[in-house]
Order: sequence, then C-alpha cells, then structure tokens
Amino acid sequence: MKVSVTVNGNAVAAEVADRTLLVHFLRDVAGLTATNVGCDTSSCGACTVLLDGQSVKSCTVLAAQADGRSVMTVEGLSSDSADGMHPMQRAFRAEHALQCGFCTPGMVMAAVSLLAENPDPTEEQVRSGLEGNLCRCTGYHNIVRAILAAARGGAE
Amino acid sequence: MIPAPFSYQRAWSVDEALDLAARYGEEARFLAGGHSLLPLMKLRLAVPEVLVDIGRVDELCYLHDRGSEIVIGALTSHHDLAHASMLDRELPLLAHAAGQVGDPQVRHRGTIGGSLAHGDPAADLPAVVMALDATLVARGPAGSREIGAGEFFRDLFETALEPGELLTEIRIRKPESAGWSFQKFTNRAIDWAIVGVAVQGGRVALVNMGTRPLRATGVERALAGGAGPRDAAAHAAEGTNAPDDLRGDRGYREHLAQVLVARALAEAGSRA
Amino acid sequence: MSILGTRVVRTEDPRLLTVGGTYVDDLRVPELAGAARVTFVRSPMAHALITGVDVSAALDAPGVVAVFTAQDLDDLPPPPPADEGGGGGEGAPVPLGGPFTEPLLAGERVRYVGEPVAIVLTDDSYQGEDAADLVSVDYAPLPAVVGVSAALESGTLLFPAAGSNVAVTAGQPADEAAFDNCAVVVRRTIENQRLAPVPLEGRAAAARWADGRLTFWVSTQNAQLSRFILAGQLGLDPAVIRVITPDVGGGFGAKIGVDRDAVAVAWAARRAGRPLRWTETRSENLVGMTHGRAQRQAITIGGTADGRILAYRLDIVQDTGAYPRLSGFLPGLTSLMAAGPYDIPATATAFRVVVTNTTPISAYRGAGRPEATAAIERAVDLFAAEIGMDPAQVRRVNLIAPGAFPFTTASGAVYDTGDYAAALEAVLAAAGYAELRAEQAARRARGDVLQLGLGLASYVEITAADAAAGETARLVVHGDGTATVYTGSSAHGQGHHTAWAMLVEAELGIPMARVTVVHGDTDVIPQGVGTYASRSLQLGGVAVHQAALEVKEQARRVAADLIEVSEADLELDTERGTWQVRGDPASGHSWADVAAHAGPEGLVAAVEYTGGRPTFPFGTHLAVTEVDTETGKARLIREVTVDDAGTLVNPVLAEGQRHGGIAQGVAQALLEEMIYDAEGNPLTGTLADYAIITAAELPSFELLPSETPTDANPLGAKGIGEAGTIGAAPATQNAVIDAVSYLGVRHIDMPATPARVWAAITQARESQ
Repeated sequence: MKVSVTVNGNAVAAEVADRTLLVHFLRDVAGLTATNVGCDTSSCGACTVLLDGQSVKSCTVLAAQADGRSVMTVEGLSSDSADGMHPMQRAFRAEHALQCGFCTPGMVMAAVSLLAENPDPTEEQVRSGLEGNLCRCTGYHNIVRAILAAARGGAE
Repeated sequence: MIPAPFSYQRAWSVDEALDLAARYGEEARFLAGGHSLLPLMKLRLAVPEVLVDIGRVDELCYLHDRGSEIVIGALTSHHDLAHASMLDRELPLLAHAAGQVGDPQVRHRGTIGGSLAHGDPAADLPAVVMALDATLVARGPAGSREIGAGEFFRDLFETALEPGELLTEIRIRKPESAGWSFQKFTNRAIDWAIVGVAVQGGRVALVNMGTRPLRATGVERALAGGAGPRDAAAHAAEGTNAPDDLRGDRGYREHLAQVLVARALAEAGSRA
Repeated sequence: MSILGTRVVRTEDPRLLTVGGTYVDDLRVPELAGAARVTFVRSPMAHALITGVDVSAALDAPGVVAVFTAQDLDDLPPPPPADEGGGGGEGAPVPLGGPFTEPLLAGERVRYVGEPVAIVLTDDSYQGEDAADLVSVDYAPLPAVVGVSAALESGTLLFPAAGSNVAVTAGQPADEAAFDNCAVVVRRTIENQRLAPVPLEGRAAAARWADGRLTFWVSTQNAQLSRFILAGQLGLDPAVIRVITPDVGGGFGAKIGVDRDAVAVAWAARRAGRPLRWTETRSENLVGMTHGRAQRQAITIGGTADGRILAYRLDIVQDTGAYPRLSGFLPGLTSLMAAGPYDIPATATAFRVVVTNTTPISAYRGAGRPEATAAIERAVDLFAAEIGMDPAQVRRVNLIAPGAFPFTTASGAVYDTGDYAAALEAVLAAAGYAELRAEQAARRARGDVLQLGLGLASYVEITAADAAAGETARLVVHGDGTATVYTGSSAHGQGHHTAWAMLVEAELGIPMARVTVVHGDTDVIPQGVGTYASRSLQLGGVAVHQAALEVKEQARRVAADLIEVSEADLELDTERGTWQVRGDPASGHSWADVAAHAGPEGLVAAVEYTGGRPTFPFGTHLAVTEVDTETGKARLIREVTVDDAGTLVNPVLAEGQRHGGIAQGVAQALLEEMIYDAEGNPLTGTLADYAIITAAELPSFELLPSETPTDANPLGAKGIGEAGTIGAAPATQNAVIDAVSYLGVRHIDMPATPARVWAAITQARESQ
C-alpha cells in the first residue's frame, strides 16, 4: 500500500508492504538511520520517535498507522543554532548522557516528550518517565542529570 | 520480529469498521493502538490475515461527564485518561490506573477499549472497570448491546465480544463512596503486575489472580459485614486461581493478594 | 596547565546526537549495494540429533537467494588438533576444541536452544523470517543436561567422545587442615547466576567478497582478532581479509572477536557470490550471544572469634554452556582474585568447567572477577554474622595494609598499589554509616514494615590481565598541523577518541579539535589487540602517549633544522602549540610548518607498547536498600562508592564507566537471571521477561574521588571499565540480606527478587 508520512517536515511517500513497521519506514524508506531497533517486544524504546508530537515506539506502530501523520526523529531536532543542536542534545552532551549512542536517539526523543508534557519534573518523575527506554551503558545517572538540566534551561 | 504478511484495511467510522469486520470474518482483527496486538503479531503468536485499523475512528475518542455517569469512548488513550482533570476528580481510580499502564510511549498509543477487548487478566484496566462496576457497550452487525464488566471477561484473552463486534463505549456510574486505591505490585516499574488490587468503595477487584480479572467476593462480604481492612483482606485469595510463573508461585501471589488488599482498603478508607 | 585530569565533554557526541551513529545495520556503503539479508534457522531443541533437514519449501519462498546447511560447509579447514590438556590451553581464553569442537552450523547434533542450523539468504529481511519458518528440521530429542548438578551427575554426555561433561579441572585439592586453627568456620554454597549481556545493539555483520578479498564489517571489540579468527576458521591468509568496525552499540565482553554466526555469514557471502548483511533480533540475541557468570561456588571461611580471617577456600563449578569457548579462563581469573583485598594466607581454590545444554558462556563485564568478589564478600558477611561483628569492622581487620604494596597474594597475583582501608573509611564516612545503623536499629525496634539494609563490598580487581600482549598506536602530524591517531584500541562507548585526543594535546599542544582518532580497520591498523579487560587507557592510551613523545623528538630534530638552531635551544610551547627558540615566542613555528618541513608524510611515530603489566583497581561500595518485609520487595535507595583506578585522564569518562558498571551490578543483585527449564528451554528469552534494569529502579549514585596511581605505566592509570559492576552486585546483595538479617536470614542468592526475599523471610521465621 502507499504510505505518506511527513518526516522532520518533509513529505516521504512510498509503496510498502502492509506489514512494514514505522521504524523500518523511517530507516529504509526515509533513509533516517539514527532511530534504532533494540528489541522485538516493545521493551527497549531505542526506536522512540514523536508521532504527531507524542513519543511512541516506532517498532510497535505500522507505517500505515502513521500515514498522513507527522513524525519527528532525532535528526529533526537539530536547529539553526551555532552548534546545530537542540537544547536537549546539548544537555546530553554536556552531562555525558551517552556512551555507545545506540539508545540515544530514542532516549532524546523520549526526553523531549517528557519535558513537553511536564516542563519541571522532579528526579523521580524523570526516572519513571524513562521506564520505557533502556540503556546498558550509562546507568541512567547522567541521562537524568541532562534532562533536569534541560528543564532548568527552559528547553522546549 | 516481523509480523506474518497481512492485508491492511482502514476504517474512518464505526459503521465502516463493522462492515470491514463482517466482510473479512474470522480472518480479521481490529487494530486500535496496537500495543496488545502488534507485539503478539511480531512474535507470530497472532497471525490475522486482515487488520482493520480503527485508529482513525475519531468518533470513539471522547470523555464526557453525563451527571450521574462518566462515558468514555473506547479509543480514548491511556495518556488522555491519565491527564484528564475531570476524570481525576470523578473517577480517580481509573485516571490513576491508566497512568500506570506500561510506559509513556505505550500510554500515548494504547486505548482503554483495546486493553479491555484484549482480555489479559494481568492488565490493569480490566480489574479497574470491574471495581467500578462499569458497563461496556459493544456494537455489532445486530446493533448495540450493554455488557456488565462482571460478565465481560470470560477467560484468558477471551471476552464476551462476539466476532465482528466492536467495543465502543465504557459507562461508569459515579461511585457513591469516594474511597479508592490501586495497588500494582511489580518487580520493575515497567512490568506487568505480579498481583494488583483495585478498590472503589466496597468493591475489590484483583489483577493476575486468575485467567480473568476477579472480584474478591470474600473480601467484599467481610467488608459488608463490618470487618476492618486486615480481617477482610484475609479472604483475598478465596476463589482465585493464581498462576505459577517466574515472578512467583501461587502461594506467594496469594500472600501478596492479602497484603495488597489490606493496604488498598486502608488507603481507600483514608480517602472515603 | 595540562588538559589531563580535567573534565572534557566528548568529541564523539555531536555526531551521535544529531545524525546518530553508523552501526552495522546503518551502513549504506556502495560495496553493500544489492546485499542479500541473512536469517538463521536456530534449534528450538536444547539437545537433539538432527535426523533430517528439508529446505525445499524455503527455497520456493519469495525472495530466497539460497539456503545453506552444515552439508554445504565442505570447503573449511579441519579444526585444529586437540589441546593436550593440563597445559596453558585450558587457562587461555580460547575454545577448548578437541572433542569439544564447535562447528559453524550444527550438522549431526544440536546442543543448545538457539544453536544455528541453517542460513537463509533473501532479498530483504522481512522475507527472511518468512522463509526461515519454512525450513524443516527433524530432531530426535536427547535428554537435556541443564544446570551444574545435572552436568556432574547425568549419564547423558554432550560430547560422548570426551567421555565426560567436565571439560576442565584445575586447582588445589581439598585440605581441611587449613581450617584446623579456626575457632569459627562458615560453609555455604552460593550461586552466581547466569546473565545475558544485552548490549542495546545485538550482533551484526556484513560481508562482501571482491577480487579474492573479503571485506567484513562487524560489531566487534577487536577488529584484528576478528580477522585472525576468520582466517583460521575459513582457511584464509589474513592478508585477504579486511575487517572494519563501524560504531558499536555496546559490547561488555560479549563482542570479543567474532563468533560462529558471524563467521558463517562471511562463508556464506563467498559461497553465494553476493554481499550479505546480518542483524540479529533481540530474541536471537538472548539465546545466541554468549551469556555470563553461571558459577556455583562452595565457600568455606574460617577465623577467630574477634574477626581475623585465617583461611578461605573457594570451590567453583563453572557452567560453560554447550561449548567451552573460554576453556578454564573465567574460573581461572576468579581463582586468581579469590581472596580479594584481604590478607588471607591460607587461600585455596579449585574449579571444574562443565558443559550443559544451554547457551555458551563467555566474558561479561568483569569476566571472572565479579564472581570472585561476590564470593569473598558474601563469605566475609557470613563470617561477620557468625561472630556477631559489624561487617565493616571485619573488613577493617582484614584488609591488606596500605604499606604492604606491592602485595603478592597466595594465588600469585601481585597487587601494585592501593589503600583499601582509606576507600572503606571514605565510603563509610560519606554514607553516614553510624547514622544509617542507628536508623536501621530504630526501624527494627518499631517493627516497621520497611526495613533498612546496609551492604558493603570491598574489592580489588585485575585489569589489563593480558598486558603482555600490549597495544599499538600510530601518530601522524600532517602538513596542515592536524594530527591523526591510529589506535589498536576499539571503543564501543568508552570515549577513547576524546581521551586519546586529550593525550595528544597534553603532550604536543595540538588542540583536540585538530586531532582525529581512527580505530578498527585492519587495512589501516593491521596490528592491535582491542578493548576488553579494562585495558585500553593503560595500554592503548599509553601507546598514544609514547607515540606523542616520539613525534615530539622527531619534531625537535626537524624544527631545529627548520629554525636553524640546535635542538638544545628549542622548546615546545604546549599552550600555543608552537616550536620556538627557548624564551623567544616570536621565533615560533607551528606544527604545520614543522610537519611540512619533515616531508610529504609529515611526522610519524608507530609504537607497540608492551611495557605495561596488569594493574589492580580497588574500592568499596556501600549499598543502602529498603526492603518491604510484607512483600519481599527490595529497593536500592543509595549507592556510595570509591572506585580507584589510579590517575584519571578524564574524570567525566571515568564516572560514566562507574555509573554504567554500578547499574549492571545492581541489576545482577536484584533483577536479572537467564533461566532455563529442565528441558533446556530458555524461559527469559525476550526483554519482556529478562529484567534489564531501568532508570526507575535506580537512584543517582554517590561517587567519591580517589586516585592511587600505579607504577605499572607512565600515566599511572589502571582500568575503570568493570570496577563498578564488581563492587555493586555484592554490596547490593549484602544490603538486601542485611535488611532482613534481624529476622534470621543469613543468605539470599542473587537475584534477590521479591519472591526470593519473601521465601527467605518465611523460611527464617519458620525455623525459629
């Protein structure tokens, strides 16, 4: 079937198998490989993107379900600022909130969604807000710091 | 990791959804948020040949206060339920429990109708709607009908929905007693409940103590007879059929049920 | 003011954050255009004879290019001759081979659920799953041998030709006399449970043959070792193989070299005559990637009633899974580090390695040392409980004294430097140990439902155990003044590119932003060892440092010629990165000038650093847990640590390693276990069941600073990568037990799940 999705502001359309997962549409059709697949039970959150502004696990959404809708991936967060980074990306770097980087795109998008819904979270709220995002490298300590720093800095 | 091949159909209205379901019959399943069905399909434990996507049936997304009752469209997401201030005021048990389902990403996609229709006794909302004595509205080729929550959940992944029937609305009478509590006991915050308890007034429902959500009738009888939380909770495991699995054997679950019911009743009492 | 030791954010991050890393599955290189996808058919049986394979239905499926089974593997060299046994082969981290030889694809017998049986090649990956389902394999089941007891007692042999399920036996025979002078002796058999490493990126590889050469992209920790393994397994000259390491999404020891699945991909690409890509699913990863730990430990500890430990014995049965891929290496390291940071002259160990019908075991963050620390730290707490002494005090009494270094243990390890008592005291002070004990006492007196537990672990561990193998670095300063470092190390999240650039800037004054670090491509870096055993900074980093020193000396000669002064009159201003006549900045020449003057190659130094030796980081962890005594649920509320790895080059990176290590240690203590049923079926085969720890289960950690340099290398650096894991698991386990010790509980095996804690409480109450 034909699926059209607005990805990071750009229209992406293709004829795909009905069973195509959104994450594969993003990686293989839209050519945006930052979003990763880390599991097959919707557990790890590495595939997290924003669908119409809300964080979702793109491995558990059919491309067909995103047809006509808009998706933002971490590649779409970058800005016109001097370093090209969104405040959340900047905060992740400043706080050493990534090591191997594999969970990072999904983690950043989950973090952006978390602050959009709760701009001034407590540490506990940040931690429970990250339940759906697994990281094996960082122990989450610096990811939590990055999100709290981004919140203090008024990151959108 | 990838579902077996299927044909995708999209409905924009309830009528269209029912027509498509009738057309494809047994080969078809409804797809709402997809967070119960798609994980099963990805592991190829479910292999429907046709998916009828009802995610665009906006007429089923609503939350209204009708005075004596709250009515909720079946496609209302867990996120919307958890963040609705009206619901937090009128049915805090449901608002709070919806906020505990899965994780934020799951809550953005998962719907109350999808969760109830899936009929998993380990899920949170089935027990909650039993504690709220909800009425579930289903529409099928023969028209609409109402099903009480107590009759809706038949067995493991089996509900009273007939083939081709769509759950459209959940109706909940505003409770007489304001006392409520939701106790969800897990290893990790993200996990399914090992055991859970939902209390609204004198109604007590159990998560994951059988092949369907159960009312703890022994506890309810004791409460009605004037027993306090601890004494009433001693009856928590009566009539249950708790699973033995990696997270605990039946004996442990029965013990947990007693502990959690006692805590839930105490908490509900403090809110009454 | 040197940049070394300062907090520097990573140079790796802007790319990873904005466009994402390029992991194997992200590769979009022209060489892989038109690549087919690999899907493995894996055994659903734990132990069975293969009586037939029918691929005809699969061959007819859409998009299928080829299907290969063991029958097709007819062009491989024979396996190497069996090790004579009893020699170094059993202790080295290499497969035991001989009667225990592991094939690429199972042909006559499968020995674990997940063992690869066939390879299906399809045009796209979706078709691969469909086609793999159509491969029909007939199995004649054999009894499954699961768990070390079954391995030792069962009449069923995984390898009949071996005559036993015991693959390796080593160590000192039992000697009860060692405990004769002990007024108090405690014995216990404990389990260090099987874990799955679960890097967020599973195993992945891509292969392409052209003009007789193989280019192999693989998610690995060691490109050069991978090339060596591929050459040996496929019967090739290493010169025809190029291994390229793209970004790697975590390894934790489970991506050392390449394993049979990856080698099979390389073979299949040659046979099929088409480039191939392979990315495993998580379910495959949980049974197909090696597991870790899995030791049964019989501990015996004896001493005086006033806390002095006189004797310690550790008997290990190491479950190695279906194939002994690391021979006796892991329990060998456990034995080496058995006594930990304590002075226990009468320390003895022995181990047996047994095969079982489960996923093979290999290195996993700590690789043998977490097991050692978990055993001795449990033993110390059991001893403390037996004599009624505070566990902190027992540790104080027995820690190796600060003046005793270098300290040679009974097992022959030579601990380089350390101050174990200082680490313990710092942690106790920072945590407020006395106040915590008072709070614990108050809760016990009140009979609170939520009880407090305090758990300690004092540890020492061995890093760069294979320091003799060294590490390489080649440093080039180009005619434009930029520099490139070619390192044998192989980062997969550790931040080497940042740290190596810091080392160059510190020594040469070339700004980090002008230093590029390259790793993991055997065409460009033919010699190297790679990253494991927490060896990289102290070997690879030192190699970079040595290369910088050599470049500096070359530059001095070239600059002297350029500026026409004698070398003695020259100085390098590292603040400005200029060569100048001593005290005369106006005479300064840039690195660009000097490198250009050196010739078209610029300045080049290649170093193979073999001057290092194993080093011994150490520390203490204090875990504070809260246990709900009605449900058994334990929550970690604080983790206070000293993890001393000598001189730090970049504290930011070191802290990150500690955090990640601690999380994995806590996860072992509270949550994770790879569980098999009696038939060898994995019960925790997805991330829905295998309980990886999330942010919601952890507090923020309290890391204390401590740097006790080693004399083993010029940087004074030890390795930090595994220390956090080694300390956190036993501290957390001890804390959970401590919370309910007043009820009579003496021990709870890891993971201390709610059900287990509740069972321990119930049992203790019933026996009183």
